[in-house]
Amino acid sequence: MLEVRNVFKTFNPGTINEKRALCGVSLTLKDGDFVTVIGGNGAGKSTTLNAIAGVWPVDAGAILIDGVDVSGMPEHQRAQFLGRVFQDPMTGTAANMSILENMALAYRRGQRRTLRWGVTKAEKALYHDKLATLNLGLEDRLTAKVGLLSGGQRQAITLLMATLRQPKLLLLDEHTAALDPKTAEKVLAATDKIIGENHLTAMMVTHNMRDAIHHGNRLIMLHDGRVVVDIEGEAKKNLTVPDLLAQFERASGSEFSSDRALLS
Amino acid sequence: MSFVAYLTSLNPLKLLGNLPGGVAQGLIWGIMALGVYITFRLLDVADLSVDGTFATGGAVTVMLILAGVPAPAAILIAVLSGILAGFVTGLLHTLLGIPAILAGILTQFALYSINLHIMGMAPNKAISVDKYSLIVSSRYIPLAIAVGAGFALVVIAVMYWYFGTEQGSAIRATGANLAMSKAQGININKMKVIALALSNGLVALSGGLMAQYQGFADINMGRGAIVIGLAAVIIGEVIVEALFKKRLNFAVRLGFVVLGGVIYYAVVVVVLWMKLNSNDLKLFTAVVVAIFLAVPYLKSKKKNSFAKIAKQNAKLRAAAGKGEKDA
Repeated sequence: MLEVRNVFKTFNPGTINEKRALCGVSLTLKDGDFVTVIGGNGAGKSTTLNAIAGVWPVDAGAILIDGVDVSGMPEHQRAQFLGRVFQDPMTGTAANMSILENMALAYRRGQRRTLRWGVTKAEKALYHDKLATLNLGLEDRLTAKVGLLSGGQRQAITLLMATLRQPKLLLLDEHTAALDPKTAEKVLAATDKIIGENHLTAMMVTHNMRDAIHHGNRLIMLHDGRVVVDIEGEAKKNLTVPDLLAQFERASGSEFSSDRALLS
Repeated sequence: MSFVAYLTSLNPLKLLGNLPGGVAQGLIWGIMALGVYITFRLLDVADLSVDGTFATGGAVTVMLILAGVPAPAAILIAVLSGILAGFVTGLLHTLLGIPAILAGILTQFALYSINLHIMGMAPNKAISVDKYSLIVSSRYIPLAIAVGAGFALVVIAVMYWYFGTEQGSAIRATGANLAMSKAQGININKMKVIALALSNGLVALSGGLMAQYQGFADINMGRGAIVIGLAAVIIGEVIVEALFKKRLNFAVRLGFVVLGGVIYYAVVVVVLWMKLNSNDLKLFTAVVVAIFLAVPYLKSKKKNSFAKIAKQNAKLRAAAGKGEKDA
């Protein structure tokens, strides 16, 4: 489904702020894989997701989605394959547009924006039903501006928007990091449900080791812009946080202690 | 001249006589304000090319009518020339990465020369309603009001439709949230160019009508147009806020933008009637626009400021100090 081949990216090359963010990331996702992505600060987790999403062009390497090389496609063209939820709840939705309008925009992801009506009657019923599955009471507030909603509600809507039109790959970039623990749990539960019901292929970046272990069928760890650990199936199911810390330590060498706090 | 003499010199009948002309001009400027609304409110960009395109619309219309082209066709071509100018601003911004505000200034600057060329290197060109059949003229003010209102209504209807379509929604999304728009597959550069082109098309339409109304096109007729457009947008919004408080149909809101233009020109008529110096009008307008643009910021600052907490804490300290003394 997704193939990342030896991808490199350096930010601000040749300056004092030079940052080699990706140093040969390679990764293959099978259809239906739900991969959690962990790693310390600056390991390249979000950068990898952004490279896949096409936020900027990579320096070298290739990204294939369903066999199509998308490396040369700008972000808005790649969007036809991708559903995305961001860390900041403000990023995924348009605050001054209604829930209905936001959903309608997402429903047309990857399609030509024509002069047909932006929201049809039939869609309203669809959005109503989809929102009802979130159990947040949002289905009765279709015309409310998204800006009036809480961060958790906005993330839940963004999640729904990302999957309204089945994506080939769902990219979740620490989408619960900005939420309080209770809300984060709810949004994670909704994530599991949506991914399971739609048999989506997904990548979820997280800072939380427990979340990384308890969700998905596969776990990868990034360090210094490379994939250093890749665990799936039974091995992942039996994983514990101490295991993971040990693996991390082995993979990343000695300069590790500062990262431990961030990963707990 | 004493104050009493000044007051008695003011003729209320003259004010009444001048108001309809102000309404007609306000309606025409209201169409311009609708163009400004597209960029300033929907796309969230302050496009300064409009000062140039307003004059372009006037120049193209007048020159074509002088050349024997029927007025409706002339105004249509004026709209197209405005669209082209907006397109250029859009390309400067999206293709060459020039900040939107500078891209607009560059287009406006270039249009000064282009407008002179259009008018055969003359700073102004007169067109008499006696010789040519014009769509609007200050000679027939009731008709001009009807035509201005008619154009405004049609533009509002078209905008209401367009910004409800998939493409129009994509433009609004682009103005609201760039990251989200890209993630939803919207080509934000394309949307910006379309919005700038449409906006400038409307501004040129307004310029073309204004040139006919006043009977001439002038190289400086668009000077400060952006400020007048903003004034109309803001006046309209303030009235909506005051009257309706909350959400309102998009078409009605656009109607209030046009009304904002009318109110602005009614105020201009009153100011001139009061024999205030018309040269101070721009200063007056700028001050009013600055105040209204600042209001939302100052309001939020009032709720959330360092000065407020400092004052609050000083009060508490004073109260505590007093308490200690009492004890």
